[in-house]
Amino acid sequence: MLLGPALGVSAILFSLGVAGVLLRRNVIIIFMCIELMLNAANLAFVAFAQQLGPEGQVIVFFVMAVAAAEAAVGLAIILAIFRHRQTVDLGDINLLRG
Amino acid sequence: MPEIVGWVWLVVLLPFFGFLANGLLSFVAPRAKTAVSVVGVGVLVASFGLAAGIFGGLLGHSDGAPFILTFWHWIPVGDLQVDVAFQVDQLSAVMLLVVTGVGMLIHIFSVGYMREDDGYARYFAYLNLFVFFMLVLVLGANFPILFVGWEGVGLCSYLLIGFWYTEKVNADAGKKAFIMNRIGDFGFLIAMFLIFKTTGTLVFTEVFGLAPETFAVDGPTITAITLFLFLGCTGKSAQIPLYTWLPDAMAGPTPVSALIHAATMVTAGVYLIARTNVLFAMAPLSSAVVAIVGAVTALWAASIALKQWDIKKVLAYSTISQLGYMFLGVGVGAVASGIFHLVTHAFFKALLFLGSGSVIHAMHRAYSATDRHEDAQDMRNMGGLRRWMPWTAGVMWIATLAIAGIPGFSGFFSKDEILAMTFARGHDEVLYYVLWGVGTLASLMTAFYMTRMMLYTFHGPNRTGERERDHLHEAPWVMTAPLLVLAAGSVLGGLLNLPHVLPFHGWLTEWFAPVTGLGEFYRAEMHLEAGTEWSLLGLATLIAAVGIFVAVRFLRPAKLQPAAEAPEETGFGKVLFRKYYIDELYDLVIVRPLVWLSDRVLWRGVDVGAIDGAGVDGSARLARGIGAIGSWLQTGQVGTYIFIFVIGVVVLLRAVSGP
Repeated sequence: MLLGPALGVSAILFSLGVAGVLLRRNVIIIFMCIELMLNAANLAFVAFAQQLGPEGQVIVFFVMAVAAAEAAVGLAIILAIFRHRQTVDLGDINLLRG
Repeated sequence: MPEIVGWVWLVVLLPFFGFLANGLLSFVAPRAKTAVSVVGVGVLVASFGLAAGIFGGLLGHSDGAPFILTFWHWIPVGDLQVDVAFQVDQLSAVMLLVVTGVGMLIHIFSVGYMREDDGYARYFAYLNLFVFFMLVLVLGANFPILFVGWEGVGLCSYLLIGFWYTEKVNADAGKKAFIMNRIGDFGFLIAMFLIFKTTGTLVFTEVFGLAPETFAVDGPTITAITLFLFLGCTGKSAQIPLYTWLPDAMAGPTPVSALIHAATMVTAGVYLIARTNVLFAMAPLSSAVVAIVGAVTALWAASIALKQWDIKKVLAYSTISQLGYMFLGVGVGAVASGIFHLVTHAFFKALLFLGSGSVIHAMHRAYSATDRHEDAQDMRNMGGLRRWMPWTAGVMWIATLAIAGIPGFSGFFSKDEILAMTFARGHDEVLYYVLWGVGTLASLMTAFYMTRMMLYTFHGPNRTGERERDHLHEAPWVMTAPLLVLAAGSVLGGLLNLPHVLPFHGWLTEWFAPVTGLGEFYRAEMHLEAGTEWSLLGLATLIAAVGIFVAVRFLRPAKLQPAAEAPEETGFGKVLFRKYYIDELYDLVIVRPLVWLSDRVLWRGVDVGAIDGAGVDGSARLARGIGAIGSWLQTGQVGTYIFIFVIGVVVLLRAVSGP
């Protein structure tokens, strides 16, 4: 019952998230796209929970909690980077390059 | 088994304890020379006493079978079973006596000779160690144990040649001896491998027992084994072509030359052939090679000795020449005669070396008293020394008469016996008449060069120098006493094995019968008519007398000039003086190409080019290259990483989800 369409929406959302992470350079946008992927996964969990029992819904709450914590840490990092370098463009942030 | 034979391990261990004690002293108390002397000489005296007891025990033992004393299993690997075991029989007992007896006398002499040397304790440690290894060599009951001793004496020889290592010449001489011996040892090892391959054992008694059924007489295997063994002997015993290290070995202290490079170590090759005489008896070709090399070496070295000025060089070439006689003896199958000459030679040559040692000692002290730097070993700087050193001159004349072959002295009987046996073989094969002629010619030269050495050293006017003359003295008693004992041996040693035509003849030959008996079956009968033997004895006497007479009649010690003013040699004399340019030849043919190969090809080509260039630097370059590719992937852009990450996820998902 509606599993196929629900998974389809989930897949579209996830792909949008991936595309956003890959194509956009603004860290804030990328961050939001990650959230979008997490929520796409949540949608898939809920859809499966309809058929397989409530464990999927429990996982969704875990994901939300982790996402909230991740958002706090992630935004703090982004804020720190912005204060340090006056930019949120990923192209300018390449400290990892040896 | 006589009870005392069971104590043979102590004979061997005593010198080893001496080595440990003196080695320790050389580090903690190098000035404690009295303690070093007591330990160093004491262990040898005890060893000799015990060895004499063992010899006595063997005398009363009529059954000729050897006693094997096994101590522990050394190398138990599958079929290869090597025990640490000693074999006490007639041959090793005689060698035991010679090594400990002559060794003891030379240790006593060294107390006087090395008294003022800073390395006194180190010297005695090495000398004790040498005796230990030499005893292992002569007592070993199988090839590997003998080889341990064989290598050990080589090591001590190296250490003692280069004893005064601060001078490069001495260190080089040590290396030369060591390396030339390696060439011979290669042959020895190959021979051992072949013996194990064919007989499956390395124990002497078993190998000799199995030999008749394993090897075909004169077959290729036995010939190869014996020729490789003989290659080992040419290295250790300084025969052609590996003899050139021995004259250089004179760089060591003179008592070392007497003990190692005259009386004991260099005779190890003769001992080895005597020990394996069964194998050599089964390989007539190899035996002939041994005899030919021996005879040619005897003549070759004797001719070089004719023109040497260094007193020790004369004796060194004389030693090579006499070793040649021993090989001629064991080569023609007269094993007992070869060992007989070994024993008498140990007496008179040790005496000659020690005598020259006391001459050099006196010369050296005279020159250092007046601070002059002349060659203390050059005979042109000596002359007339008998006035200052009557005892040394007297005993050295005894040894000279012995080596020249004057009847009654030991060398006469032993050398004549070898030549007589060679002559007897000539009846069947003409080759041996030729070898006999070569040997006789060499003995003529021997008489000449020895008399020449004595005349130039002890007779005529003195050429040492006006001021130095007052500082010449006879050596202290601790040095002359061993000389007197050796002189007695040089005179009486001949009684061991008198010719057949005299009463009480051939004691040593009978004594060795159990050792030589195994090979007797394969050897040609050597028999001489009494008349022939008498004429050979007469001829030998005549040859010796002519040699001495010619030297006395035609050499003019009075016309000799000191080394510094002496004119250059000319003509053939120069060729002899430069030792036939053999060292130069070896240098040109072997050393230089080898150095060139090592330098240009192995060093600059293989090492610098291939190993350093391709191997070491190459692997570094490879890592750096791969790293460059890797670092190109690492852009530092998070976007790139995520892109690759996503591609990876997609690929993995595709792989996991199946077709």
